[in-house]
Parts: sequence; C-alpha cells; structure tokens
Amino acid sequence: MTSGRATPGTTLDAGDALFTMQLIRYFDERVVELYNQKLVRGSAHPYIGMEAIATGIISALGDQDLITSTHRGHGHCLARGLDPSRMLAEVLGRKSGYCRGKGGSMHITAMEHGMLGADGIVGGSHAIAVGAAYASRLQGRDTVVACFFGDGAANEGSFHEACNLASVLDAPVVFVCENNGWALSTRASSTMRIDDISTRAAGYGFPGVTVDGNDVHAVRAAADEAVARARSGAGPTLIEAKTHRMSAHSAFATGETSTTEELAAWAERDPIEALVRRSISTGELTDEAVAETRVRARAAIEAATEHAVNDEQPDPETAFEDVYASSHWTKEMRLA
Amino acid sequence: MSENMMRTISMSEALNEAMHEEMERDDRVFAIGEDIARNGGLFGVTKGLLPRFGAARVIDSPISEAAISGAGVGAALVGSRPVVELQHFDFVTLAMDQLVNHAAKWRYMSGGAVTVPLVVRGPIANGVGLAAQHSQSLESWFVHTPGLVVIMPSTPYDAKGLLKAAIRDDNPTLMLEKRLLYTRTGEVPTGDYVVPIGVADVKREGDDVTVVAISGGVPLALQVARKLEPEGIDVEVIDPRTLKPLDLDTIVTSIAKTGRLVVVSEGARAGGYASEVVARVIDAAWGSLRTAPIRVTAADTPIPYAGPLEREVLPQVHDVMTAVRNVMEKGRTQHVAV
Repeated sequence: MTSGRATPGTTLDAGDALFTMQLIRYFDERVVELYNQKLVRGSAHPYIGMEAIATGIISALGDQDLITSTHRGHGHCLARGLDPSRMLAEVLGRKSGYCRGKGGSMHITAMEHGMLGADGIVGGSHAIAVGAAYASRLQGRDTVVACFFGDGAANEGSFHEACNLASVLDAPVVFVCENNGWALSTRASSTMRIDDISTRAAGYGFPGVTVDGNDVHAVRAAADEAVARARSGAGPTLIEAKTHRMSAHSAFATGETSTTEELAAWAERDPIEALVRRSISTGELTDEAVAETRVRARAAIEAATEHAVNDEQPDPETAFEDVYASSHWTKEMRLA
Repeated sequence: MSENMMRTISMSEALNEAMHEEMERDDRVFAIGEDIARNGGLFGVTKGLLPRFGAARVIDSPISEAAISGAGVGAALVGSRPVVELQHFDFVTLAMDQLVNHAAKWRYMSGGAVTVPLVVRGPIANGVGLAAQHSQSLESWFVHTPGLVVIMPSTPYDAKGLLKAAIRDDNPTLMLEKRLLYTRTGEVPTGDYVVPIGVADVKREGDDVTVVAISGGVPLALQVARKLEPEGIDVEVIDPRTLKPLDLDTIVTSIAKTGRLVVVSEGARAGGYASEVVARVIDAAWGSLRTAPIRVTAADTPIPYAGPLEREVLPQVHDVMTAVRNVMEKGRTQHVAV
C-alpha cells in the first residue's frame, strides 16, 4: 500500500508514508544510475530530499481528487500510486510506459490515478489546475486539485494570473510551492525579496502558509486544512513547503550548487530519517518494521527496473498516432 | 422540416446562435473571456448567454489571457468543453505557452491518454484602423504547431456550422474571425447543422483560374470573379475554411481543371499560410500547373494605422485582380511541367 490512497481526514499512517518516501528515494536514485548507463535520454530531475512534500500532500487527497506536477515529478506520481514499472518504462522510453514512450520523465500522465500530467514548462500547470478544479465542480464533482510547483515557478506571470483567477472563481485548488532553494543554478534568495513565498497569497485574497517541507506530518497537517477549505467551496490555499534540493538540478546538469556545509546541515534533516526517528520514538514503527518497509520498497524498484530495461522499444509507426483525437487525420502528420 | 427555414443573418449573430445552441445541447460547454458575460462580448458573440445559462457557465474573466487559456486546457482535460474568447486575436501572444506547449501537446505527450476539447476564438480587427497590435493574422503560427486545429470562416453559414463542429470536436481548436466579416450577412438555416472540420467549400465554380482564398480573402476573390466574368475569365473560388487539417483534395481537383493557382491570405507573406498552400499544391499537382502560382498576401510589415498605409499593405481587390490576370496571361503559353 502506498499513502496515495489514504482516507482523507485520517492521520498519516507512518508505515505507508515511509514506504512511499523510500520508494521515491530509491526510484530517483535508480533513474540517475540508468541515466549514467545511457539508458535514459535527455535528462531527469530527481526528487531526492523532497519526498515528504508529495507524500504529505497526496496522503490528504481522496480518489476523486487530482494533481498536476512538474519536471521534477516522479515523487508526485509514486505518492499518487502510479505503477513504478510503467513509470520507469516511460523514463526509458519503452512501449509499456504511461505515455507509450512519447513523454518520458517530464510528461508522465495517468488519468486513472487522477494525475493530470507532469509539465516540463516551469509555471505551466497553475492555470490548468484552476481550470480542472473549477470544471470538476461545475460538473458536480467534489474534486480538489493539488498543484505542485517550485520556487522558480512562483516568479512566472502564470502563477500570479492563476492565483487571482482561482481566487475569484473560488476554485478548489491547493497550490503547493516546493521551495527547494534553487532554480537550476540560481538561488531562490537572489530572485525574490521576500522570505516566505506563502506571503504572496495575501495579494490574491486567500490564505498562505509556510511549513517544514522535510516534516511529512507538518505537510500533511497543512494539506488537511487546505483540502478541507477547498472542498468546502471556500477557495484556494497556498502551501509553501520549505525543503532543499539534495541532488544536482538534473541528471544532465550536475554542476555544484549547494555548499558542502549546507548539504551536511540538510542531510541532518533528511525527511525519511526524520520520519523514522519520530515513528520509532512514538512507537508507531519498530526497527524491524522500518527495515521490512525498506526491503519492500527496494524490491519494488528492482522489479520495476527488471521490467523497464527488458520492455520493448515503441514501434516507430506510433510516432504518427495521438497528434489528433481524430485518427483519420493521421495522414496529415506524415511527410508527403 | 419547418424549423429549417433560411434567414439572412450576420456572422456575429450566427456565431451567437452557435453558442446558444451548443450550451443548450451540452451542459459541459461553458464560456470564459473578457467582457463576455454582462456585456455579451465586444462583438456580441456571447450576447444573451449570461441570463440564459448563469454566471457559473458564462464567466467574465480577469484580463488574464494565459490563465483563461490554461484554465480552458484544465477544464477540457476533466471533460468540460470550454470556449475561450480572446477579445482580439493578437492577445493570443499572452496565451502562447498554454496553447502551444500545453493544449497542442498534452494528448501526444501522454500517448493518447487524454483529449483536450478546447475552443479558443477571437477577432482579427484588420482594415478598421486599430494598428499593429489589433490587426494581425497570426494563423500560420498555429498551423505550424502540430496538435491544433485552425479554422477561419468567411460566411455566417460556415461560421455557425464550424463553431458547432469545433465545440463537439475532441481536439484543441483555434477559430480566427475577421472582424469586418461579423456584420456581413448571409443565409443561415434555423435548426441544427454542422460544417465538417477539414472540408473545403467551392464558393464559386469556374474553369480558368483556381483562387484559394481565406477569411477576408474570400469576398475579395468573389468580387474579382464577378468583375472578370465579362472578360471571359472564369474564376473558381475555394475557401478551405479549415487551415489545419487542409482539404488538399478539393484544391488539387480544381487545379486539374484550371492549371492555375492564386492564393489570397491576409497573413504576412514570409512563412505564411499562402506559402504552405502553394508548397502543398506543387508537391501534389505539379503536373497540372500551367504556370507558377501567385500569392496575394499582406506585406511583411506590421499593420499601420492610417487608411492609405493600411490599404497599401493588406490585400486589395486590385491585387487579386492583377494576380488572376497574371496567371491567365502566363498560363496561355507556359506549362511548368515540361
């Protein structure tokens, strides 16, 4: 079980949360290994160190709810319960991947999991989340949309337009800003004159809160409140979850960013180890349970790897499919 | 059927009827845009929708083209059928990321997992002195973006039928409407009908020259055809109506008969849609051409304000006339496929 299907309103299940977070960690470590083996084309953006955010937020959602995601989106997908085998197959561009090899790491989409699609454009999904939330309500559904984005995206105009539109429409959206301190190689602190991105919510007339993004319980608590507010029809909330990007920007862009001292300080606050310490001290988990959970997560990633590397390449002919919903227009796509 | 009576109405009235009928027919359809609800739209296309369908489905938006287009994409992903109005089509520049990187690609990137039944429509206000930021024909940008359907109607009948088809279609569709055509009238039946996407219409049959004309080019071409009739020049006028996907077969069939092609488009010349039509015809019907095709387009300048300046750079009747005479003259002696 992953935490992606937890019942809304219940407290976080430590075992489920640990499994999800460990699964995300192992998955993205594996993706980097496969990139270095030249099995991943382009690039991939690890979610390492940020696992508590996706896990905490998504554990507060129900089956009818939706998420939008980013270029750094594997964590959101896994927390939402997507199959790691089909995810890794997509990252490797294989036939059984969620997008049949057409999207890759940055575009994993799974409507059956309420995953509206990851987005390679920074700031690209804010308005999509607002529209999906508003339209779901218009159709009589009790849906909340969680919209994940980074600190960099909070400087895109699209963020501001979407916040304002969400506010005037009372759209049931939870904006989740994953402030990991870095926009590729540029420090967030050098691109904005505020300490907390959550303060921007006030400019649009809805609540903004800042939480410790490495504390899955704190994230979950903020999410519970924001989801309840959205579901009640009271409108959006901005949650800023402060964390740190523990890896390079991407498998491709591996230049130095954080200082050694910074990384050491944040490693002390590793969200997985923090959850383990807390759960053992409260008696929610035993050392044995922790070890067993890690073995299970590791096994899932090994099985996913086995599946993905042995999966078939897509048939080149399928490049012409899915451009339009009307298949009789496929001849338009080919070179004459 | 008695309800299918012909009446003469304007293109904006025809578009307005399409909105009313589709919102009545399908409660997944909603409208969003600037000044579209209380004001009924700057050109009346959404008139009367607010009292009939309510503020939840007829939304006066903030001036946020990116957000309303993006919201349209999101709404379409979850099964709604949004119609987004851009107050002037030039403002599409503010929505480009949502249309080009999102609407056009979401289905493809997902391997066919989603559909995006979104309509984005708005006017091109050339010819009225609104200058360079309200007068552009930007259709070729979107034809150049795989995944989008691009429509440009020239008559009230086509406008109504195509908007209804676009709303029912599962693809993201852009509809560019020439503002000066809004007030032109034409016959439109009462009752439901659609004009199929991807099917051209022969607006006038003729044996000597094929004029492929788009949007405002259609009335110009028809005017030229009438003027040249006494001289014994028989012009066939084809309106593709849908630019992407293009009904090339209708054009090629016509050229097999005439051997001569003129393309009239109000977009800028370089990289424009007229060039695309010429290239497609050369690929598909080189052997039928008696002489080189001619493009009649806007000049490669921004659209200027003053009347004499604007008329200088936009296609005029005499430009089309000259082009038709030119292919007639050269086509008497030349045959390109030697």
